[in-house]
Amino acid sequence: MRTATSTLGLLAMAIGVAALFLIGLPAPVASQAEKYRVGVVTLLAGPFAASIGVPAKNGAEMVAEAINNGTLPAPYATKGVAGRSLELVVVDESTGTAKQVTEFRGLAERREVDAVVGYLVAGSCLAVAPVADELKMLTLLSTCSTPRIFEENDFKYVYRTSAHLTPDGVTAARYLLKRMPNVKTIAGLNWNMAYGQDAWRDFRLSVQTLKPDVEAINEQFTTFGGGQYGAEISALLTKKPTVLHTAFAGGDFEAFVVQMTARGLHQNIQMVMTAGAGSMYRLLDKLPDGVFIEDRGPYSVFARPTALGNWFRTTYEQRYGITPPYTAYHMGQAVLAFKIAADKASKGGAKPAPEEIGRALEQLKFDAFGTTVHMSRSRGHQAVTESAIGVYKFDKAKSVPTVVDVTYYPADCVNPPDGTKGEAWIKGGFKGARCD
Amino acid sequence: MATLAFIVADGVIYASWLFIVAVGMTLVYGVMRILNVAHGSLYALGAYTAATMVGAWFQRGYAPLGSFVLLLVAALVVGLVMGLILELGLLRFLHGRDEVVVVLATYATFLILEDVIQLIWGVEARPAPQPYSLLGTTTVGPLLLNNYDLALIALALLVGGVGWWALTRTIAGKLLLAVIFDREMAEACGINVRRVFLVTFLIGSVLGALGGASTAPMISVSRGLGVDVIVLAFAVVVIGGLGSIPGALLGAAVIGLSRAAAVHLLPQAEVFAIYLIMTLVLIIRPYGLLGHERLRKV
Repeated sequence: MRTATSTLGLLAMAIGVAALFLIGLPAPVASQAEKYRVGVVTLLAGPFAASIGVPAKNGAEMVAEAINNGTLPAPYATKGVAGRSLELVVVDESTGTAKQVTEFRGLAERREVDAVVGYLVAGSCLAVAPVADELKMLTLLSTCSTPRIFEENDFKYVYRTSAHLTPDGVTAARYLLKRMPNVKTIAGLNWNMAYGQDAWRDFRLSVQTLKPDVEAINEQFTTFGGGQYGAEISALLTKKPTVLHTAFAGGDFEAFVVQMTARGLHQNIQMVMTAGAGSMYRLLDKLPDGVFIEDRGPYSVFARPTALGNWFRTTYEQRYGITPPYTAYHMGQAVLAFKIAADKASKGGAKPAPEEIGRALEQLKFDAFGTTVHMSRSRGHQAVTESAIGVYKFDKAKSVPTVVDVTYYPADCVNPPDGTKGEAWIKGGFKGARCD
Repeated sequence: MATLAFIVADGVIYASWLFIVAVGMTLVYGVMRILNVAHGSLYALGAYTAATMVGAWFQRGYAPLGSFVLLLVAALVVGLVMGLILELGLLRFLHGRDEVVVVLATYATFLILEDVIQLIWGVEARPAPQPYSLLGTTTVGPLLLNNYDLALIALALLVGGVGWWALTRTIAGKLLLAVIFDREMAEACGINVRRVFLVTFLIGSVLGALGGASTAPMISVSRGLGVDVIVLAFAVVVIGGLGSIPGALLGAAVIGLSRAAAVHLLPQAEVFAIYLIMTLVLIIRPYGLLGHERLRKV
């Protein structure tokens, strides 16, 4: 009897403690466990919001919605991320580098995201990457073109699911010299920031490595968002280079094209525009035929017509009324990479730890939207893809912009091998490059 | 020699654009002692309105030359409407307040108007490039110049010339000068200072919007347009002397020529050149090249 009484008492106590424990649990934790919450960071204001920032947000939202509905083409048609729905928390990147660190901490600590994807601006990702490691927050950089992220650092929780800037310049140089082997002089017009300076350096070094007698006769670096290029155009008209390289994008690219065509700069100079393809749908016949053009990788007009590639482009065009630029693809493939890695790392009910999802990302090779992404550089933290370039041509009959004479370069032809810095690789004569 | 000719031509073109953008700002400061940060928004609104009107004009297939009239109409409509709203709805209540308070109020207005622009036009860029190439090009010796750029020089000369004539040769201008020199004495003499303020602000607003409207065909109008411009306009009026219209002309010329020289001779210094000049001027003449130290009334 005594034993029964004490057993009942212990049972009541256990139930009471359990009830108190359950009541004391914060309700959101239960709902948090049912879904994956992912921070999406991109430019939502400023001169580059329209051309590259908002399309990146659109790409993330479109892919996340398809993941939740299970409508992505095979092999990704399973609903959700490891059985859970995906919720995006969108944050503006245009508020400055210092604010980005605060925003990143806010995402991790107050908004309790499971991962962060995004970042278009080199300054932002260089600032948040150390914080990501400090907070052990899995971070998938979508664009953030600077090679310095992994060339000068060794982050544990940071990954980049698109190629960095170096292949753009190498691709442009290889294509230029194949089509114009007698180039004598080159000039550059780029932004006076890491992106512009790195883009010009990689292109110039690549051209001069492949053809050492080419002379760089004019290097212009302008204000980001400057918009007025009269003096730069005059300087280029005076110097008369054979080739002009620019990595301008968005509003500045469009302003430069309008101003330079009005003064006929393109008539005697071969234009090489490594990030301009996204603007061709706005410029139409204002962009002169014959320009060598890229879209920072095999995206947009260069995306391969695979089931995934066609789905991405068609769905985006139907939904937003315009062809997606490279940042939309970059962001889409970052969200997709998160799903693939989380699915792979998932073992039954519990959410995998960030480290487990990270390990699943390393050396991952997956079909994305019109290209294949391989996380094969910087210990599996840096992706490579093939690259693409072609010649712009406006189809007057159909009134649509097109790119002809497109050439694709294998990833191992235009990306430095693992463990090699881009600049050193180019200067050393592209050792280990496989272009067949 | 060709390089020198290009430096002068590019410098004068850039200075003309800067003068059109900055003259309204310095006029408002000269008369009302208001450093109007929202001038950048008037510029952006002028550019967006002009781009929208020009786009619709060409879409309907109207006579191309009519688009130039649209640029002026856009500047007038934006300047007058926004000028009235800002002066009667905000600035009138701030007269006599500390200049810093007024700057903060106009900065807040600038931020609000940035969001208003996004609400109206969204985040998509608005290219309206047709007028920029309509006038063709002119070759002068080694120089190949776009006639639209030359038209900007003519517009700047017209704005400066009309401004000078109105200030020095008309009764209204003399009343304005009286207010600039001593507001209290002008009021005591019977000048309706409030009306002078309103008219001045409307003119300043139209000039700000004209800067944006005349720039629209040269660029792809997009978010954040007013931010860069307000920094440049501020540099112009500070170099020339806050409130001095001839100073704005001189400041624009100094910046235009130094930037063009940097682009042609030392491209790496292009961004740096403008602010180096501003710093040097402020060290040598803290009130700008044509500005004067103002006595504080106690």
